[in-house]
Amino acid sequence: MSDPILDPTFDPAARDRGGPAQPLLSVTGLVKHFGGKRSWRGGEAKGAVRAVDGVDFAIAKGETLGVVGESGCGKSTTARLVMQIIKPDAGEIVFDGEAVGSRALDLEAYRREVQMVFQDSYASLNPRLTVEDTIAFGPRVHGVPRREATGRAHDLLAKVGLEPGRFAGRYPHELSGGQRQRINIARALALQPRLVILDEAVSALDKSVEAQVLNLLLDLKAELGLTYMFISHDLNVVRFMADRVMVMYLGKVAEVGPSDVILQQPSHPYTGALLASMPSTDPDNRTLEAPLFGDPPNPIDPPSGCRFHTRCRHTSAICANVPPPLAAVRPSHEVACLMAQPGSGHPLAAPLRENAA
Amino acid sequence: MAVTTVDSVAPPVLAERLGRGYWAGVLRRLSRDPVAMTAAAIILLIVLAAIFAPYIAPADPYKSSMIRRLRPIGTPGFLLGSDELGRDMLSRLIYGGRLSLVMGVLPVICAFVVGSFLGVTAGYAGGWLNTIIMRTVDVFYAFPSVLLAIALSGTLGAGITNAIVALTIVFVPQVTRVAESVTTQIRNRDYVEAARVSGARAATIVRVHVLGNVLGPIFVYSTSLISVSMILASGLSFLGLGSKPPEPEWGLMLNTLRTAIYSQPLVAALPGVMIFITSISFNLLSDGLRSAMEVKA
Amino acid sequence: MLAFTLNRLIYVTPVAIGVTVVCFLLVHITPGDPLTAILPADATLELQEQMKAAYGFDKPLPVQYALWFWKVLHGDLGNSIATGRPVATEVLRAVKNTLILATVATMIGFTFGTLFGFVAGYFRDSWLDKLASFISVLGVSVPHYWLGMVLVIVFAAQLGWLPPTGAGPDGSGDWRPDAAHLRYIILPAVTMSVIPMGVIARTVRALVGDILSQDFVEALRAKGMSEFGVFRHVVTNAAPTALAVMGLQLGYLLGGSILIETVFSWPGSGFLLNAAIFQRDLPLLQGTILILAMFFVMLNLAVDVLQTALDPRIKRG
Repeated sequence: MSDPILDPTFDPAARDRGGPAQPLLSVTGLVKHFGGKRSWRGGEAKGAVRAVDGVDFAIAKGETLGVVGESGCGKSTTARLVMQIIKPDAGEIVFDGEAVGSRALDLEAYRREVQMVFQDSYASLNPRLTVEDTIAFGPRVHGVPRREATGRAHDLLAKVGLEPGRFAGRYPHELSGGQRQRINIARALALQPRLVILDEAVSALDKSVEAQVLNLLLDLKAELGLTYMFISHDLNVVRFMADRVMVMYLGKVAEVGPSDVILQQPSHPYTGALLASMPSTDPDNRTLEAPLFGDPPNPIDPPSGCRFHTRCRHTSAICANVPPPLAAVRPSHEVACLMAQPGSGHPLAAPLRENAA
Repeated sequence: MAVTTVDSVAPPVLAERLGRGYWAGVLRRLSRDPVAMTAAAIILLIVLAAIFAPYIAPADPYKSSMIRRLRPIGTPGFLLGSDELGRDMLSRLIYGGRLSLVMGVLPVICAFVVGSFLGVTAGYAGGWLNTIIMRTVDVFYAFPSVLLAIALSGTLGAGITNAIVALTIVFVPQVTRVAESVTTQIRNRDYVEAARVSGARAATIVRVHVLGNVLGPIFVYSTSLISVSMILASGLSFLGLGSKPPEPEWGLMLNTLRTAIYSQPLVAALPGVMIFITSISFNLLSDGLRSAMEVKA
Repeated sequence: MLAFTLNRLIYVTPVAIGVTVVCFLLVHITPGDPLTAILPADATLELQEQMKAAYGFDKPLPVQYALWFWKVLHGDLGNSIATGRPVATEVLRAVKNTLILATVATMIGFTFGTLFGFVAGYFRDSWLDKLASFISVLGVSVPHYWLGMVLVIVFAAQLGWLPPTGAGPDGSGDWRPDAAHLRYIILPAVTMSVIPMGVIARTVRALVGDILSQDFVEALRAKGMSEFGVFRHVVTNAAPTALAVMGLQLGYLLGGSILIETVFSWPGSGFLLNAAIFQRDLPLLQGTILILAMFFVMLNLAVDVLQTALDPRIKRG
């Protein structure tokens, strides 16, 4: 088998191992705490920021998983953990059936499979490198000869809608924000990954440019058979892009399910509040009171039980005591809320049916 | 392809700069700064005079004459007078640039190399390596620079090499601090993370993505040290810790001419004028370079 | 505040210990044996060994350091080889003279430096700014030992207004605050003040420029405050940093006084250091450097703590 990096015609889809039913990426028990003073006897760190505190999810082959939540909810940290830029404190990441870091899939091999596009289009480009050098850097690192790497950079420029003859020799400061983000996408694609993590990739762009880049991303996905993890705080953009949506709150998953279900009939009160806080274009449909009150609690000392109970309209005594597990309410729709779980003890929860399995 | 290249039309101003690197821009801005250009011209003149001293100097800088001692400025045959041993001042000032420049510039070059290496290593590696390097630097930083230079060359013993070594040790901690702080900033930029994500090794990332962005600021900082280094180096010679007689060197000449401040004050002050002019030119050029680089591209 | 001071103290302690290590090693990087300066040239091998044992030079380096450090902690820096007197006494006496000179110089430098800096910062890009900035560049570029010589040539040799060298009419001896001694301090202090003047002028110019470009100044003017009132706000905002720079400059002058003291034969620590180097009086050399460096470390600490106390914006724990 030829090395995929050295072969420009190599089809990423042909690298599939477990077939379409096996998730491309599956994450279990992901934990990352920042800072804090660790006692000299070891054990739990005190005063640490619980950025990601036990997150499980999977991404199917060929889908786009949207990740939403307020700033500080841990979505960017999750992206960096999946990308292995920072090391998780606990948890397992399995890519197409192989554990990352195992003998079958070492870090170098994994990094050809997964790439990332950053939010800040300027900060993520080296100001001293020309566009073609930036794109060609990854392939060069993996042993592609200079001439070939440059050739591939030109192909990718054309793919992301920038004429190679005009843009290859430019520096980042000579480009607009939208053009720079296209370069970032081209750089991510240079290693022919199967999964691309887009961390607020269009958030800093003007609305008109944003639409162009989103369309480009959809086209590239179809053309190259990519899978996306699409992180954004903008629910409209997520609605446009995602097949499934994962809602995060204070380092935990609140709700995950098909995009149309989550964004039409959310089961978690937090998702409902997020949706209600979107400004409506219909004057008759204006929200007059803020759907979410207060700021997110301090992630150093998150609330007990359900982390949302301090801001939840339907909170009950039990919410402060029992952390809700992420459980299925219908096929492929999971919610971490006691109200959605029959017999949980929450006054609004359905009673447990005798004949339920 | 559904996406048209609407936003790929570059504004004409940018198109004009197409293919121009960062340093080309810096040099272009620098060339428009009259003060910096004048300073650069003066430095060039002094350097050229020092290099081609044997062809320019009117007399042998070592040839003394007991009967022609301490002639005033303007004496025929002694355009800038003669020193306490009857040697031609003009020739000695031209030749003196050689040692003075080497003793002033070489320590900064050495400190730039060593300090950049230490600082970039500490900044990029972080952790315990950073702690060891930076705490050691803190200790040397705790000495006032003049004191450290004199203490080191005083204990190492007089001589040009020892003076250069002493001055290098003085400047290395200063360069290291700047290098470390710039590198720490760059290390956390998204493009360095993107390079890490592409699977590049640390050495490759440092070479391609870090050095290009940190060496500029470190270099500018180092140029601002040349002026201090010139003054200190000549100061060491002035104290008798640098070059030895009869070598022509501005600081040493200033020292030996101290006896003449009553009889030939103007002649006695001349070597200091040379140090002053060189030092101020390096300062102005360094200032110009800094503002030429500060302009956000 | 107390917590911050303690925190700084904890940070400074390893640096101070590092300084003692460097001072200790200084003697050991000396070419040849540190004993060669003491021993007569024709000393027998036996005598050399005896002296080595007497000074503890036969022990391993870390042990020597520990013994030396223990003595330093008790204020014992050894005896000067040239005079036989305790190094600590000699150095402290000289440091007093240097401290007087450096303080006067810093005060002159601070006065003119803030003046030039304020003018330059207030009238940014006017000819006044250019002039004041040029003077401050001159200040940091001038070889001060040469400036001292020039001043001696003009005011002592040519005009005869001021004495060229020494600290007082009685030759050597200490400087005292009276009319006869006052004339002696003028030239060295003015010479020395040029460096802090340039540095302070640059700092104040940048500070004033920064403060004036901030929104709150606009707001003060908008609500009708007089220009003098605005000026007062600028001063209170610039003061902590300017004073901190002044404190650090005093430290640099203390350590860097050797060249000026040599030019003016000022009986301070720099002059002592010069003598110690040329007589290869290693205990004196080591002691002088140690005391000056420690002074510098403590001054840095004091400036750090004071700046925090003065500036309400800096809150460090």
